[in-house]
Amino acid sequence: MAVAAISPPEAIMRAQARWRPIEIAFWLATLLPFWLTPDYLVLASQIAITALFALSLDLILGYAGIVSLGHAAFFGLGAYAAGLIAKHGWGEPVTGVIAAMLVASIAGYAASLIVSRFRHLALIMITLGMGLLLAEAANSASWLTGGADGLQGVKIWPIFNVFRFDLYGYVAYSYSLIVLFVVFLLARRIIHSPFGLSLRGIRENAIRMPALGAPSRAHLRKIYTIAAAIAGIAGALLTQTTETVSLEALGFQRSADVLVILILGGAGRLYGGLVGAIIFMVARDQFSGNTPQFWYFWIGALLVAVVMFLPNGILGGLAKLTARRSRAS
Amino acid sequence: MSALATRGLNKRFGSLVVARDIAFDLPRGARHALIGPNGAGKTTLVNLMTGLLSSDSGEILLGGENIAALAPEARVRRGLVRTFQINSLFPNLNALEAVTLAICEREGSSRIWWQRVAAHSGVIDEAHGILSSLMLGNDCYRPTRELPYGRQRLLEIALALSTKPKVLLLDEPAAGVPRGESAELFAVVSGLPPDISVLFIEHDMNFVFRFASRIIVMVGGAILLEGTPQEVAADPRVREVYLGKSGRGGARHG
Repeated sequence: MAVAAISPPEAIMRAQARWRPIEIAFWLATLLPFWLTPDYLVLASQIAITALFALSLDLILGYAGIVSLGHAAFFGLGAYAAGLIAKHGWGEPVTGVIAAMLVASIAGYAASLIVSRFRHLALIMITLGMGLLLAEAANSASWLTGGADGLQGVKIWPIFNVFRFDLYGYVAYSYSLIVLFVVFLLARRIIHSPFGLSLRGIRENAIRMPALGAPSRAHLRKIYTIAAAIAGIAGALLTQTTETVSLEALGFQRSADVLVILILGGAGRLYGGLVGAIIFMVARDQFSGNTPQFWYFWIGALLVAVVMFLPNGILGGLAKLTARRSRAS
Repeated sequence: MSALATRGLNKRFGSLVVARDIAFDLPRGARHALIGPNGAGKTTLVNLMTGLLSSDSGEILLGGENIAALAPEARVRRGLVRTFQINSLFPNLNALEAVTLAICEREGSSRIWWQRVAAHSGVIDEAHGILSSLMLGNDCYRPTRELPYGRQRLLEIALALSTKPKVLLLDEPAAGVPRGESAELFAVVSGLPPDISVLFIEHDMNFVFRFASRIIVMVGGAILLEGTPQEVAADPRVREVYLGKSGRGGARHG
């Protein structure tokens, strides 16, 4: 504490936003699959996309305290937007992602007008309801979405007309990873900004914020729209790397999975969704070969154990452990 | 013109009247106290004035402007700010972050998502200045939940001050503060800028008689009387309803 008292407060605030060695190591490690597991690059790209989706949920759940059980709605909107554009003659991936992002963010802003007014159980039910609504709408509108058969005939062009998506997933993983990293940089900047500080204030004590003159609802609308945009980007990436869209893209299962992923990894720590996505997707790939139901048995057990013993998720538990060790030494 | 005034303020929940024709004036720079037994409606009145509850009828005048229809955050931005009887803080933010947050909201820079907080050095310096002036400078890097109770009470006041209030409503600032820590609180309250008008809601009679130039007594949702501390202490009705019939001073109904 003596050191902290001497240092100027700005320097301490600045230090909080500084890149730590473990972060740099993490991002360098994301390059390892190119050499260590080249047969699993398709899986790696799926993990990067899921991580991006979980990151978007973390911005609203972990930082602003908005619990959502319908976040797949925006993922699905992005996925279908990117698919429909490509199906109808424009297969360029980067502009496709931008278009999908715009569609998802418009829907996100519209939803935020309702979502920002509620908390707790009402909020969970509203997001769940809106998710179910959209999934059923997509199912009924089979002339547009292909319904239960999925959207067929999605043709994606090479990125910048140079990098063609290959069967091994080299381009898919590179592309997904770059997008994930760019969005991550943005999310990192947001949470260390004055706006991000206000979001944490809302999460910590929503009642106190108006008593400080804070326009909490405007803050919530903004972050919800940003999160929807990011979810839309993730959905578009899935469409472009698989050249198909199914109803699963906006189903309840996906909303539930991403929540589980974030809680496992640790909400409100930026890397929680990323670590959770790696654990969840690798485990599913390893265990689910024969019996998918059996796989959810283990996920259920893991979820209960983590919530009971590591209430701040796996990353929260690790942070506590390292803090204890550094205090002991 | 009064910094804060109410005229004919009424509020009822069904048949229960919690505010009946409340009218009082808080002059600019005043130090007034609002006292009354439990359930008299003191905190209800604070909630009505700050907008946490909406009144059934009546006016709330802040610098002459009727703010009764404004949202709570709009009232704060016009300068009417409160603290909470039970600490209402940000458990996992440290004091520096919490006060920085309050200043960013005041200045409107809380909309900025593309710059780091650390880039706003003026805000951080101001936050640290406020905390230092409230004797929280050395504790400002610890998460709020780890601070002793008395320090958390000071942080309540620090948060309110960082909004640059014109009128400050202190809802039982001394509640629950152990004797050993009350000296700091008293020093902070006596050091409040003289241009801020302050209304204390307080049970601690030492506190009331030390800081308040006038006292408003509430009973059963209505104002019983208003006067100087001497007048209030001498009034038999006050002795009866507030201090108890035995008339022993310093009763703590809280």
